[in-house]
Amino acid sequence: MKRKEFIQKSIGTGIFVGLSSYAFSSTIFTENTKHVTILHTNDVHSHIDPFPNDGGRNANKGGVSRRYSLIQQIRKENPNTLLLDAGDIFQGTPYFNFYGGELEFKLMSKLGYDAATIGNHDFDNGIDGLWAQMPNAQFKLLNANYDFSNTVLDGQIKPYEVFVKDDVRIGVFGLGIELEGLVNKKMYKETQYLDPVEIATDIVKKLKTEEKCDLVICLSHLGYQYEHDKIDDLKLAQQTQDIDLIIGGHTHTFLDEPTVVKNKINQDVLVNQVGWAGIYLGRIDFYLDKNTKTVKSASLGI
Amino acid sequence: MKYFSFFLFFLLFLNCKNPTTQESLQIIKKESKRIEISNKLVLNEETEAFIQPYRERITEEMNTKLSYTPKLLSKKDGKYNTPIGNMMADAVFEMANPIYKKRTGNTIDAVILNHGGIRAEINPGDITTKTAYEIMPFENEIVVVKLQAEQIQAMFDYLAQAKRAHPISNMQLVLSEDFKILAQSIAGKPVDKDSVYHIATSDYLQNGGDHMLFLTQPEKLTVLDYKLRNLLIDYFKKHPEINPEKDQRFIER
Repeated sequence: MKRKEFIQKSIGTGIFVGLSSYAFSSTIFTENTKHVTILHTNDVHSHIDPFPNDGGRNANKGGVSRRYSLIQQIRKENPNTLLLDAGDIFQGTPYFNFYGGELEFKLMSKLGYDAATIGNHDFDNGIDGLWAQMPNAQFKLLNANYDFSNTVLDGQIKPYEVFVKDDVRIGVFGLGIELEGLVNKKMYKETQYLDPVEIATDIVKKLKTEEKCDLVICLSHLGYQYEHDKIDDLKLAQQTQDIDLIIGGHTHTFLDEPTVVKNKINQDVLVNQVGWAGIYLGRIDFYLDKNTKTVKSASLGI
Repeated sequence: MKYFSFFLFFLLFLNCKNPTTQESLQIIKKESKRIEISNKLVLNEETEAFIQPYRERITEEMNTKLSYTPKLLSKKDGKYNTPIGNMMADAVFEMANPIYKKRTGNTIDAVILNHGGIRAEINPGDITTKTAYEIMPFENEIVVVKLQAEQIQAMFDYLAQAKRAHPISNMQLVLSEDFKILAQSIAGKPVDKDSVYHIATSDYLQNGGDHMLFLTQPEKLTVLDYKLRNLLIDYFKKHPEINPEKDQRFIER
């Protein structure tokens, strides 16, 4: 409800454009057209089993093993698939209280996650608790705006990773929320929070120029939108450039479809988030080509 | 595929501003879908088998009987104090005191928790580990603050203004019909201006949660490294039956 109002308002101001307002047009694919599929979750919060069949709103939804079946189907369809998570992997069911995140990381590794970022709840057993579980993660934990130099995580968390799928260079970087006031300091210890917009600007520049990335994805645990001036995914999208997709978390926002935001040089940025607890899997497909030949008003080829 | 919530979109990208980037790949189309993880998807058997031993141990532990209560315990059951709230505050007083005494040589004078922190009811019958997880799903832990008499006064004023059944132990507060404080005491004695008091609470409240600001600037803060949930589990184990009552600790006269 809130979101609908937001989009209507935004269209009025011309800053954001609702996706549904786009006219359908078709694109001609050539034999050189590349196709990569991005799958994503956020705020799964240790929800390994589906919600119980108790008549509740989420009854029977979610569950890691079903998510795996779905991911396998999609990978069969397109092997050039990246699987990403936007943080808050930990905390929310006794699986975390009993095993400290061991099972969450082992299962994400089994499902073939490529990368995840760090959410505030991933510090719930302290920075040492997160560090202790890292050997169970066969995927990259990415964060660019926490300075871990004086902590056990020093040198363990990369700011970004470049993945190559179907010859497409995909740069993925992570951003985390300000921890002060949200997490007890004795949990995050000497972790220093750095400005997400400044860091994103530098990292994206590097990904575009040095790493020659064709696609740039931000895994963000900043939150979708705040009324006050606290940084969020929509503001981040507006204040930066060359980010193609922001996969968000923290606010447990259920978006039916990605929000399209104009960045500071008027490029479109997709901002997406799929609620929490592994109830949904988000899927975004990118088609890329050296050719930009297009034909308007042709029929859809899906 | 028909059960998937579906959305597709297409965007057209025309990049003509920089001729040198002509050779790089451009996005020519984007699509998106939000896919529900419903029970129509098959369980992946290998993954299920991997989870099973973890799940079994949790289920077994969660269903372990710790104690028993003959009646429903609900935080709605009282205006200024409730049986479940009294039980929780008394449990903190009883279980945290020996630890605090061993660590610091001091004893806890009183306990304050928050009404909103009681997250579930306890049904009549067996109390299990699961019960403790339900009433206290968060990782809050017990801290003890050393407070001056004026901070203690701020605490009583807060309780009188909040007019809520915030759980307390070893203190008493009596309000008039128009919410004036008629009587207040800690351990049965009036607040002494020259004394300091050791108050046990949760780290959440000590950090300013529920605007209990009188807890945020203590003369000394002691962290007991004892989670409230674990404290309740230990309390239930110690008492084979609990039957807390509403009493006179916080009332209106």
